[in-house]
Amino acid sequence: MINLSINGQRVSVQPGTTVLEAARKLNINIPTLCNHPDLCVAGNCRVCVVEQTGAKTLIAACAMPAAEGMDIHSNTLKVRNARKHIVELLLSEHRSDCTKCYKNQKCERQALANEFAFGDTIFLDLVEDHPYNIDRSSPAFIKDDSKCIHCQRCVRTCTELQQISAIAVANKGLHQKISSFHDRPMSHVVCTNCGQCVNRCPTGALVEKTYIDQVWDAIYDKDKHVIVQTAPAVRIALGEDLGYDPGERVTGKMVTALRQLGFDSVLDTDFTADLTIMEEGTELLGRLKKALVDGDKNIHFPMFTSCSPGWIKFIEHKYPEFLHNLSTCKSPQQMFGALAKTFFAQKMKIDPSKIVSVSIMPCTAKKYEADRPEMRASGYKDVDYVLTTRELAVMIKQAGIDFKNLEPSHYDSIMGTSTGAGVIFGATGGVMEAALRTAYEIVTGREVPFTNLNITPVRGMDGVKEASIKIEGTVKDWSFLEGAELKVAIAHGLTNANKLMRQVRKGKSPYHFIEIMACPGGCLGGGGQPIPTSMEIRKKRMKAVYAEDEHMTFRKSHENPEILSIYKEFLGKPNSHVAHELLHTHYTERESY
Amino acid sequence: MEKRGLNKVDLIFEKVDPKEVLTIAFKMKRDDIIQQVLDSGLKGRGGAGFPTGLKWKYTAAVKDSEKYIVCNADEGEPGTFKDREILDKVAYKVYGGMVIAGKAIGAQKGVVYLRGEYRFMLPQLMKELESFHKLIHAIGFDFKINYCLGSGAYICGEESALFESIEGGRGEPRNKPPYPTTSGLFGKPTSINNVETLVTAMMIIKHGPESYSQLGTKDSRGSKVFSISGDTPTPGIFELELGMLVQEFVNEFGDGDTKAVQVGGASGFCVPRKKFASTVIGFEGVPTGGSMKLFNSSRSMYNVLHNYLDFFAEESCGQCTPCRVGCQQLLKGVEKVKKGEMKSTYLNELLKLADTMKVASKCGLGQSVGNAFRTIVENFREEIIY
Repeated sequence: MINLSINGQRVSVQPGTTVLEAARKLNINIPTLCNHPDLCVAGNCRVCVVEQTGAKTLIAACAMPAAEGMDIHSNTLKVRNARKHIVELLLSEHRSDCTKCYKNQKCERQALANEFAFGDTIFLDLVEDHPYNIDRSSPAFIKDDSKCIHCQRCVRTCTELQQISAIAVANKGLHQKISSFHDRPMSHVVCTNCGQCVNRCPTGALVEKTYIDQVWDAIYDKDKHVIVQTAPAVRIALGEDLGYDPGERVTGKMVTALRQLGFDSVLDTDFTADLTIMEEGTELLGRLKKALVDGDKNIHFPMFTSCSPGWIKFIEHKYPEFLHNLSTCKSPQQMFGALAKTFFAQKMKIDPSKIVSVSIMPCTAKKYEADRPEMRASGYKDVDYVLTTRELAVMIKQAGIDFKNLEPSHYDSIMGTSTGAGVIFGATGGVMEAALRTAYEIVTGREVPFTNLNITPVRGMDGVKEASIKIEGTVKDWSFLEGAELKVAIAHGLTNANKLMRQVRKGKSPYHFIEIMACPGGCLGGGGQPIPTSMEIRKKRMKAVYAEDEHMTFRKSHENPEILSIYKEFLGKPNSHVAHELLHTHYTERESY
Repeated sequence: MEKRGLNKVDLIFEKVDPKEVLTIAFKMKRDDIIQQVLDSGLKGRGGAGFPTGLKWKYTAAVKDSEKYIVCNADEGEPGTFKDREILDKVAYKVYGGMVIAGKAIGAQKGVVYLRGEYRFMLPQLMKELESFHKLIHAIGFDFKINYCLGSGAYICGEESALFESIEGGRGEPRNKPPYPTTSGLFGKPTSINNVETLVTAMMIIKHGPESYSQLGTKDSRGSKVFSISGDTPTPGIFELELGMLVQEFVNEFGDGDTKAVQVGGASGFCVPRKKFASTVIGFEGVPTGGSMKLFNSSRSMYNVLHNYLDFFAEESCGQCTPCRVGCQQLLKGVEKVKKGEMKSTYLNELLKLADTMKVASKCGLGQSVGNAFRTIVENFREEIIY
C-alpha cells in the first residue's frame, strides 16, 4: 500500500492508483474534464491540476500515480488561479451560445465555468479567429467544431472503445482540431453512427441530430395517425433523465407519458424483437440444415446477428467479405416500421400514407438505419423519425408532464404485446439468449436446460462471451442435429467485435452463431441513452433488463400470442415470402476508410 | 558567483580515432562508464540540463532485455543549428556516444531521430553509419543504429512526443511518470540524449572526467557549442567554456550596439543590456541549448516577442489547454495592447497567464513559453505598448 496525504488527510491506496482516485477515496472533489471512467487517461485538459509539495509545477491529478509520502494540496491559491485560468481558456475557444445549445445545463464545460469562472473573463474571444465547421451530414448526429474543447474524449472513444478511428486529431497548435479522414463529412467516412462519442462529449460539440420538432408537428397534425414504438433498452434508462437513479424501470409510466404526449398508438419494439427471434432463429436453423443436410457450399458460418445498425455499418466498412454471414433479418425497429404501414394499417383500417411512424431508441445509429434506402418495404419510409431516449425525456419535460406521479399503463394492441425474450434484446447477450430459448425448443421440443430459462453464460459484461449447448433428444424434423454442439459467441463494443472478426477472417472461428452489439453493454449502453455513462451505470441498467424479463408473463418469443396470430393472419410462417419481402434486407459493401 | 570568462574550447569537433576511444569503452565496466559521466558533471545539452550520468544510471537500473538509446537530433529551437554542424563534421562521434551509452545502460538498439529539414544530410550520414557499424562490430560491440526522420513539428523534439513520432503516432507528449528511463520508446527503458551530449560523453571517456570537469562552473561543468546569430558580425558555431557572463559574450560577438540577447531560443530567456554584467550563461544563470541571438537597437522587441508567440501558437501540439489556448491568448493579447485596443495593464494579466502556463502545461513546451514572454515584457514593456 502507498501512503500519501491530500489536503492534510492521510490515505492509503493500492499501487497504480492515481492522485485523483486517492482524493475521491477521501471524498475530496477535484474537478475533471477530459477524464472519463470508460477511457484511458489523457491528462490534457489540465482542469484537475493540484499542488504537490516539492514539485516545481502543478500536477494533473488524473494522470499522476500516487507515490509514497506525497503531500498533495487541491485547493491552494496557486491551484485555484491556474484552474480558473484553464476553465476561462477553454471558454475563450468555445462558441458559448449556451442558452441556444442542445446541451444547455447538461454541459460539463458550462458546469465548470459556473463553479470556477463565473463573471467576466479576462481572456479574448478566440472563436472568431478560427474558421469552424458544423457537420450536419450524418442523419444521426451533429459535429460542431466551434463548441469543441479538444478534450479528445471522442477520439479516445472512437479508437479505444470502438477501434474505428472515424474521428482523429488533425493539425497542431491553434489549428488543431478533431477531424475525419481527409476532412470528409461524417456521412462519408467509416463512422458507424454508434454515438458513443456523443455519449462522452462534455459539451455540445457532438450531439444527436434531433427530430423532436418534426415529431411534434406530426402529433399536432390532425390528419396523421402517429404511432410510436419503444425499444427494449429505453424503459430501463429513460428514468435517469427524469430524476430517477440508474436501474429504475419506468415502462408503465413511459407508456402513459407517450399517450399524454399525443401519440395515437403506443406500441412496443419488443414485439418485433420477438418476431426477429422467430425469423432469425428459423434462418439459423435453416442455414444449419442447408449446410449439414443439403451440403450447400454457399452457406457460411458463423452467422451474425443483424439487430445493431452500428455493427452493420461496421462490418460493411471493415469486413465486407463476410456480409453473407449476416442474418438477413432487419432490426426490430425496421421490422416494426415495415409492418406498421402494412399489417397494422390494414388491421386498423388506416391509410398507410397517413401513418407517421416514430421510434424511441437507445441509439443514434437507428436514425441512420431508418434513412437507409432499403428500409422502404412498405412502399413508404418504414420509420419516419427516430428519437433517442434523451430526446423522449426532452419531450416529456417540454410537455410539462409530472413523470414521477404518472399512473403506469399498458401498451396498445396490436403490436404491443411482447415477452421477456424481447426485453432482453436490450442487454448484450440478450438476442442470443432469446434465440436459444426458442431455437432449442423448436429442435428438441423441450425448454433450454437452464434454471428458470436464464442462460447465464451469455450474460454479463465480459467483452467477449462464449457458450455451447449440446443438442440432444431432437424432434423428427431436426434429428440431423442430434448430438451436435451449438457454439455461440457474443461481443459488445466494436473493439470486442473486432476480436471475433479477426478470428473469423483467419478462418479460425469455432462458432455457429455470433451476436454482436456495437455499443458497450449492448443497447442499454447505446449512443442515445442518458448521459453520463459508465460501467457502474451500465451494470445497473443490465440488472433492470433482466428484472423486466423475470416479470413478464411470457419469456419465450414463440409463445407471444400476437406473434402466433401475425403468422397466422399475415406472414404465413417464418421466412415465408411475405416475411422476406417485409422483414429481411441486404447489405452494402463500403469503403474501409 | 563563480565565473570563468570567455574561453574557446575544441572538444566537440576535435578529431579523434573512434576505434581507440571505443576500444577503451569496450573494456570498461558498465558502472565505470556511468561513474565517469557522473563525475564529469555533464548535464544534457538539449537545454533541460538533466545530469546525463544520472539518466544512464536510472535506465541501467531497470531490468529489461530490450532497451533503447535515442539520439535527439530534432534540432528545432529557433536560432540553434549546432547539431547540424556536429552531425556534418563528426557524426562518428555521435554514433560513438550512442554505443558507449548503449553499453552503459545495456541497450543494443539506437535510433537517431533526425529533424525532417535535415533530410538532405541523410545519405552522407548513412554512409558514415555503415562504416561505423563495421568498426564497432570489429571491436566486439553488439549495437545497431537506425535513423528516423521527423516531419517538421517542433514538439517532436520533446522526448515523449519524439517516441510517439517514431512509433508512428501523433507527436504529442505523454504523461510523466512513467519517465523514459522506465518506459520510453515502444514502452521500453530508454535513454534519450541530445546529439552534443553523446559526443561530449565520448570525449569524457577519452579524456577522463577530471579534465572535463575542470572546465566550467560547479553547476555548469564543461563546454558547450553555441549557435550564434542575429546582430553579430560573426554568426556561426562556437564552442565555449560554460560560466561566462553575457557581457563577456556580447563583448566578443556583439556589434557594439547590442541591446538584448535571447539565450536559449524561443523557449529561453531574454537578457537586456542592463543585466549583461550580472548574468552568467549556464545553469546558475540563463541555461541554453545553444541558441544565442543578439539584437541591436534597430530591432523592435515587440516584433521579436510576436515572432516567438506566433511560433509557439503554431508549434504547440494543441493537446493541453494552457499551451494550446494560452499561446493564442498571449499572441492576441500583445497584438491588442500594441494596437491600443487593450490597456497596457492587460500585460499584467498576460504575465499571470504565462505563470499558469509554466506550472500547468503538460510538457516543457508550454512550460517554457512564459520564459521569453516574461523576460521580454518585463524588460521591454515600453516597446510592447508603444
